Amino acid sequence: MATVIALPIETYAGPVDPDWCPGCGDFGVLKAVKMAAGKLGIKPKDLVIVSGIGCSSNLPGFIHAYGVHSLHGRAIAVAQGIKLANHDLHVVVTGGDGDGYGIGIGHFIHAMRRNIDLTYVVMNNQIYGLTTGQASPTTMKDVRTKSTPRGNAEPPINPIALALVSGATYVARGFSGEPEHLAQLIAGGIAHRGFALIDVFSPCVTYNKVNTYPWFKQRVYKLEEEAGYDPSDVMAALRKSFEWGDRIPIGLFYKDEHPIYEDSEPALRRGPLVRHPLRPERAVFEELIEELM
Amino acid sequence: MQEVTVGIGGAAGDGLDKTGDTLAKTAARLGLYVYAYNSYQSVIRGGHIWLRVRIGEQKLTSHGDHLNVLIALNQDSIERHAREVEPGGAVIYNSDKLKLDPTLLRDNVLPVPLPVSAITKPLGKVPPVMQNTVALGALLFLIGLDFETAASVLTDTFKHKGQAVIDQNVAIARAGYEYAREHFVPLGYRWTYTHIRRPFITGNEAFAIGAVTAGCKFYSAYPMTPASSILHWMAAHAERCGIVVKQCEDELAVVNMAIGAGYAGVRAMCGTSGGGFALMTEAIGQAGMIEAPVVVIEVQRGGPSTGLPTKTEQGDLNQVFGASQGDYPRVIIAPGDVADCFATVVEAFNLAEKYQLPVIIMSDLLLSEHPETIEPEALRYDVPIERGELVTEWDESQGRYKRYAFTRSGVSPRALPGTEGAAHVAATDDHDEEGILISDVFTSPPVRRKIHEKRMRKLEAVLRELPPPVLEGPEDAEVTLIGWGSTKGVIREAVEKLASEGIRANHLHIKYLFPFHAREVSEILRRCRKTICVEANYSGQFARYLRAETGISVDAHIRKYDGEPFEPHQIVEQVKAILQGKPRTLDVTEDEAREIANHYIRTHLDDDARPGRISRLERDGFEEPLWNVEIISRETGQRRGRLLIGVETGSTYRWQPEESAS
Repeated sequence: MATVIALPIETYAGPVDPDWCPGCGDFGVLKAVKMAAGKLGIKPKDLVIVSGIGCSSNLPGFIHAYGVHSLHGRAIAVAQGIKLANHDLHVVVTGGDGDGYGIGIGHFIHAMRRNIDLTYVVMNNQIYGLTTGQASPTTMKDVRTKSTPRGNAEPPINPIALALVSGATYVARGFSGEPEHLAQLIAGGIAHRGFALIDVFSPCVTYNKVNTYPWFKQRVYKLEEEAGYDPSDVMAALRKSFEWGDRIPIGLFYKDEHPIYEDSEPALRRGPLVRHPLRPERAVFEELIEELM
Repeated sequence: MQEVTVGIGGAAGDGLDKTGDTLAKTAARLGLYVYAYNSYQSVIRGGHIWLRVRIGEQKLTSHGDHLNVLIALNQDSIERHAREVEPGGAVIYNSDKLKLDPTLLRDNVLPVPLPVSAITKPLGKVPPVMQNTVALGALLFLIGLDFETAASVLTDTFKHKGQAVIDQNVAIARAGYEYAREHFVPLGYRWTYTHIRRPFITGNEAFAIGAVTAGCKFYSAYPMTPASSILHWMAAHAERCGIVVKQCEDELAVVNMAIGAGYAGVRAMCGTSGGGFALMTEAIGQAGMIEAPVVVIEVQRGGPSTGLPTKTEQGDLNQVFGASQGDYPRVIIAPGDVADCFATVVEAFNLAEKYQLPVIIMSDLLLSEHPETIEPEALRYDVPIERGELVTEWDESQGRYKRYAFTRSGVSPRALPGTEGAAHVAATDDHDEEGILISDVFTSPPVRRKIHEKRMRKLEAVLRELPPPVLEGPEDAEVTLIGWGSTKGVIREAVEKLASEGIRANHLHIKYLFPFHAREVSEILRRCRKTICVEANYSGQFARYLRAETGISVDAHIRKYDGEPFEPHQIVEQVKAILQGKPRTLDVTEDEAREIANHYIRTHLDDDARPGRISRLERDGFEEPLWNVEIISRETGQRRGRLLIGVETGSTYRWQPEESAS
């Protein structure tokens, strides 16, 4: 195995500073993504950050790497296309809870089912921030927002449980108030061969007055510190995924090795598609024509 | 020119398409031309199918107007189509199972009853589907096609099933051939075989093979008729051709994956029909905005909504023009025939990559699903591959790489992810030359203006590169027929028919829909005497577009939206009516009244009923004239009642069973 040469975080300094609100949880996530890439020694040219739309989806603009700031909800689809075209690239998808668990949830589930080798970092602030504070798919029940003035009638999506039952092979939750821990989780996800979800509590300091830094700080605890927790046990992970109240677990819920989607594609055995010769072999072409005769 | 049209009618699962394929390939191997059209899930009860195979010594560009031989695999097919068989023709059927009412036949049509079980008895137990093979053998004798060539086609078709299956098929076909030779006189066809081998290929196969030849490495799709056969071809050939073929969860994933793959540097394509395209539209604008190459094939079917999944139409033009919000550069091309499908997809990849934009290819069920023989040279190996300007490395000491550099041409050299020194963000928010967003804190009206102009400017070069349309036929023609897409062949044939009837017509076929050669088309149209736009949709979408682009309103329209493709005579008759100044009528014709009656029988009556005599009644208590369709028993021929159908509205007013029919 090649020796990993860690890169300093400045390697990934973006062209402009983030325009997030002061105190936004996403700052911690941006830092953690850079730290994770640096820790793994990934050169900016080999890193592609794909996002959708929302405050957090602006992240690719703030990091020195390749990036696609795609459509609302479509980041995972675009990212899969990139990965299948060039599987030598490290493809990290970043976005928010509305983007991934609302409008883009179909792609999220199917990408996990495929176990395609992507890392998905969701900055989950339980609110629509960029559109100024409507309920999101992870807004807790009864919480009042601009779109739910009488309290949210719908219970939230449980992204960890959803990922576990959908076939993701690396399922973790971080907290942007713990960037070092989060960086570990993201690095683990990038290094993992298969679909990695890192759901991140990333408080919206402007529009979510319920799930604040103090709210999380009082509740979160690390699974790594939980005696006897085995992240290879999917049923144990599932039980933990339902823990939500005075204690909320963060850390690695589940990790296992399974074949990845790319393994099933014969064309990819010859290396990344982007490097294949364009024309088919003449003999193959002639066979195709002969079939029509 | 010698030609024959064979119609094969039967139920889904009768193996009818295999029989048609054997016939077509036999003719093709002999050096004849073939054009086939399969009208499926349509006019015949229980999801029955109607396949027409037209064979000729010269290039055929439509399934034509004729029916010379009917192979009826079930009773419906006899009743529906026997009357269409032209004098000199024949009706072939399994006389063990089916009855042919001779009153259905026109004069000089030969009934060819085949006692299939007696014919195949010496060959042991044979499956029922083999009735087709017996009929095929008899047909070959009647229309004078070489049996040994058919045997070679059967041999190749069943190669994967082993020698026993090959032998059985050939023996059964031969038995049918010999039976016909002993009992019937051939229909008098004399063919000149050139033995030039030509591919027999559908539009969708041409798209797929064209894509692979042009270097397509990624194809994504969600199953949707009539685009699915591209997916099937790609999936079956993926390993051999080194393509990743991805069936996705929905069309949103389909197009976004293709765009991702195109951004990352592979030639990527996806295909769908109108409903799927509707889901793709936002992403197509994304490809325009981030300047990612992608090829999208839109195979139209009858709309709106789920519409007619297995029927043809050219009704998605407005949708494709209107796809996605805002203005963005894209190219829209509508190939006119199967050979053009191959050429168009090659061209589409080059345009997509050179100009870094989405290219939409518009096809329809007719063009995509019908097979025809094409000249072998149309499928060439060494197609041009032009990838446009690529940055393969960037020295950061010369400044930051500008992915969207404001160039004169509008094309900014592209760096693929993985390129040293050229990291950047491709954003769907509008952005500056470097890709930095101008949508939020860095909002800048002049930067927005200049990048928008840069993107759109690419279309000027695209238009210069595309060949303008040309007027085919005499310059001074009395009438000009204008069409686009799949109607090219049928209009060409209608023009020839008109000429044979002394009407000088010419033909303006338009392939490149956007950007549009407005100046050239205007110049052509201004010289034309009477212009008629022929298109397979209700509202004349193309004529409207033509008016928007050229300011010229066509003089008349020929439109069709019943799901079936145009036949040459339909165009000819309407052209003549227009020239004679007859008003367009939307009245139900007698043939249509029979079909409406068939529909009523299928949905409300039983298998024994079929339409009999049809007469016209004036009003009879209704607010419009009526078609009075007699319904008779198949078994006894006795009258069971009558159906009254409105001539204007097509309403099925009343079913009057016999006891109250008087």
